[in-house]
Amino acid sequence: MLQIRLHGRGGQGVVTAAEMLSLSAFLEGHFAQAFPSFGSERTGAPVVAYARIDDKEIRTHEPILEPNAVVVQDKTLLGAVDVFSGISPDGYAIINSAESAEVVVPELVKKLPAGHVLTVPATDFAMQKIGRPLPGAPMLAALAAATNVFALESVQKSFQTRYPGKVGDANAETAALAYEYIKNLMNGGNNA
Amino acid sequence: MLKQIEGSLGIAEAVALCRPGAICAYPISPQTHIVENLGKMVKTGQLQDCEFLNVESEFSAMSVSIGASAGGVRAYTATASQGLLFMTEGIYNAAGLGLPIVMTVASRAIGAPINIWNDHSDSLSQRDSGWLQLFCESNQDALDTHIMAFKIAEEVGLPVMVCMDGFVLTHAFERLDLPSQEQVDQFLPAYEPREFLDPKEPISMGAMVGPEAFTELRILQQRKMLKAIPIIERVTKEYREITGHHSGGLLDCYNCENADVKLIIMGSTVGTAKDAVDELKAQGINAGVISLKAFRPFPYDEIRAAIGDTKNVVIVERSFSYGARGILHPEVSRAMRGKDTNIYTAVCGLGGRAILGTTIKGIVKHCLDGKFCDELTWFDVDSKVINSYLKDAEGITLPEGPLPESVLLDTLQKVRA
Amino acid sequence: MLDAIKFYQTGSNTVGNRLLNPSMRAVQASSDRPNTLISGHRACQGCGEALGARYAIDAAMRATGGQLMIANATGCLEVFSTPYPESAWRLPWIHSLFGNAAAVGAGLAVAARVRAKKAGNANVPRVIAQGGDGGTTDIGFGPLSGMFERNDDVLYICYDNQAYMNTGVQRSSATPPAARTATTQLVGAEPGNDWGKGKNVPLIAMAHGIPYVATASVADLKDLEYKVEKAMSFHGARYIQILVPCPLGWGCASGSTVTVARLAMESGFYPIFEAEYGKITSVRKIRQKQPVLNFLKLQRRYAHLTGKKADPKVLARIQAMCDDNIKSFDLLGDEIPETVPVAVQALERSHQI
Repeated sequence: MLQIRLHGRGGQGVVTAAEMLSLSAFLEGHFAQAFPSFGSERTGAPVVAYARIDDKEIRTHEPILEPNAVVVQDKTLLGAVDVFSGISPDGYAIINSAESAEVVVPELVKKLPAGHVLTVPATDFAMQKIGRPLPGAPMLAALAAATNVFALESVQKSFQTRYPGKVGDANAETAALAYEYIKNLMNGGNNA
Repeated sequence: MLKQIEGSLGIAEAVALCRPGAICAYPISPQTHIVENLGKMVKTGQLQDCEFLNVESEFSAMSVSIGASAGGVRAYTATASQGLLFMTEGIYNAAGLGLPIVMTVASRAIGAPINIWNDHSDSLSQRDSGWLQLFCESNQDALDTHIMAFKIAEEVGLPVMVCMDGFVLTHAFERLDLPSQEQVDQFLPAYEPREFLDPKEPISMGAMVGPEAFTELRILQQRKMLKAIPIIERVTKEYREITGHHSGGLLDCYNCENADVKLIIMGSTVGTAKDAVDELKAQGINAGVISLKAFRPFPYDEIRAAIGDTKNVVIVERSFSYGARGILHPEVSRAMRGKDTNIYTAVCGLGGRAILGTTIKGIVKHCLDGKFCDELTWFDVDSKVINSYLKDAEGITLPEGPLPESVLLDTLQKVRA
Repeated sequence: MLDAIKFYQTGSNTVGNRLLNPSMRAVQASSDRPNTLISGHRACQGCGEALGARYAIDAAMRATGGQLMIANATGCLEVFSTPYPESAWRLPWIHSLFGNAAAVGAGLAVAARVRAKKAGNANVPRVIAQGGDGGTTDIGFGPLSGMFERNDDVLYICYDNQAYMNTGVQRSSATPPAARTATTQLVGAEPGNDWGKGKNVPLIAMAHGIPYVATASVADLKDLEYKVEKAMSFHGARYIQILVPCPLGWGCASGSTVTVARLAMESGFYPIFEAEYGKITSVRKIRQKQPVLNFLKLQRRYAHLTGKKADPKVLARIQAMCDDNIKSFDLLGDEIPETVPVAVQALERSHQI
């Protein structure tokens, strides 16, 4: 079972991202589960959402304390919340930032295997295509690119299903940008 | 049809498949998404021959449901926590009138202190209301149980409360298998009320009954409840045959053969516990899970059979009764009368504190290590929080770890001394 | 129609049915009246509520061709009409709770509409919700306001006897000032019910902008029948409040129910009017103006205002309220008030300051 924890702030679509993550996995025939941390958080407050992917029925409903992957949608959380708490030693971390992982989270880069800590300028991509700071789709696409657990097309399709029309398409385009960005990065390409 | 959707949407879809005539809503977390979805279905015309009413309180939500049910249509509403308490007078009334209303309770704690998160104290506060109370362990179970609930309610002639854990289930996005409209129509025929307010054949409902017949009416009400047990079993069987879904029932056993300890659990913790006992099995520890689905009527015989000769039983409860102990314990004790089963209560998961796999494993080990010394033990307690108060107020500190009732009693003796 | 009937009989204020042509006669004057609330029930002698309910519901039965259902709040009417295993109701009737008649009525209306639609039947049964003043103006007020606000297709009838009679005459928010009840005893510096409290639910109903609001009295049963029939000609939320004296609670002779009710009208104590969509459309004018003392002195709940120890200032204050009603509803003139009259509580409250 793959367990993913998503961190962000209220209004950034963290819960939606977790749901779309589960939908992407579902579209590929996996069992998946997504749920928020059930707070009464208001816009701007730290928000946590969880997702699980497995090839058999997911029965547990406990929160994820030991994630295989952590998605950080808002870099300003890094100093405020222990977002990487419990992350597994071979886990993945995807952080929304234009700066490199070595600059943003140098200690985590040292702790996890090479290529497992990645940054992606998801908000910039979202502003380009959606016109609003909604980094959910590019963050999921980045996770897909890093882990190969689900395909870019599934991420795109999940957003297009949830938001039929222009918004869904814009999310899909944003996702493609992030996917290429990470693939390029992992192939040793230089991001700029 | 398989869908990856939020639990609340699944429930809304399931309710819509049952062709209700009246849906009433008053917002309270965490049930809101269910009625929001249903309201949309009525408004778009997806759900036909149904009216959706936004009312001004839960008291009216139940009252409109009473009126609609008495008027001869399927009536549905949903609530939780404070809302359930606010409609309590109507809840008892609906049962007394024998109206087959179906209501979701997205189980949530009751304040003060105000708390929006899950436990079972709201649903269980309605223990004696005369409603059937069915608990659900997963969203699939909840979805299916709602469809069964209409049939059970209508056959028994009593309202049914479908209790599903607030947030944990209502807000979880999972794979759900929705039966088709044809399957549901085959299972649940068009509604033919046994009696309803009809100008063609006028009846009076809700007459005043004095001491000369009140007891007898209560006996008849209890008889209906007892009748509900075989009806739940039969309806479950029918539903399973049509859909192939293993949902509903009075209770469900997991890994119970040759188990050294059996846990009795209601609600979403069952899923977490199943994973936990699988892990324990890998370590050579044999623990079973009895998922209790029907709390009212209480399946005494089935619980007795499910426990069998197992010596140790732990009831994991997300609620308790102040000044007494666990709410399920007396029922399980009654079921096991005459047998020397050790029955314990572990209270945890109140007000949304997550019950983790480690919690369940801890409870099992606590039991097998013979550490249960009292009937009631509190698990996952943060003694720092308690001590920060007690130390200043009374100069007392409690130990860390599971907290048996006797430890609390001991501290009181210290105060008396 | 009623304006055409303006004549009095010597020695009586009763409008005799025998003087009217058959089409103008009261429902109750007809030999084939529905008798929806049939004899044999347990109401007290001279019960104003039983009288009002019988006329109101029979009129509604006529207006709907018998397609009528009732949701009844807890209270005297419910208790005296349905002692198990008997029922005095000859139409579909449900009692649920004290405070939820309006909401139960709303649910019944939904069910009636949905069932008729499914059956392809254009004839949808109509719904009346009813209760006493306690069940209406106090405990059932939230559901009542909700029913108004949603414009549910329900006629709500409040049988106003100005206190909780079923439980033994306790004060409600419809109890008038200075009246004795079991919880506003005739003791202390200001005996009886408080001044400057209570609420005018007909005016509050009008403020919801619902299609029809009326007050009525058992002293003018033809007017009552007319208003119920009128109410049934509208769809949406409607409200009729009927003054129904309670001989037991008011301390008046059981043979004087109608007389006391009439004096409440003729003194300006209880303005009788109707309103559509928030605007007053007719006012029942006072025919023979009476000093309020004539109304009060028939009732032991006001015994402290009429005896030797009576405080003339209190009597003057009640008279001032009646005068204020006469003025703001134009009960003596020929006009219909253009603006919504001010609730009499306003006078009481300004009086207190």
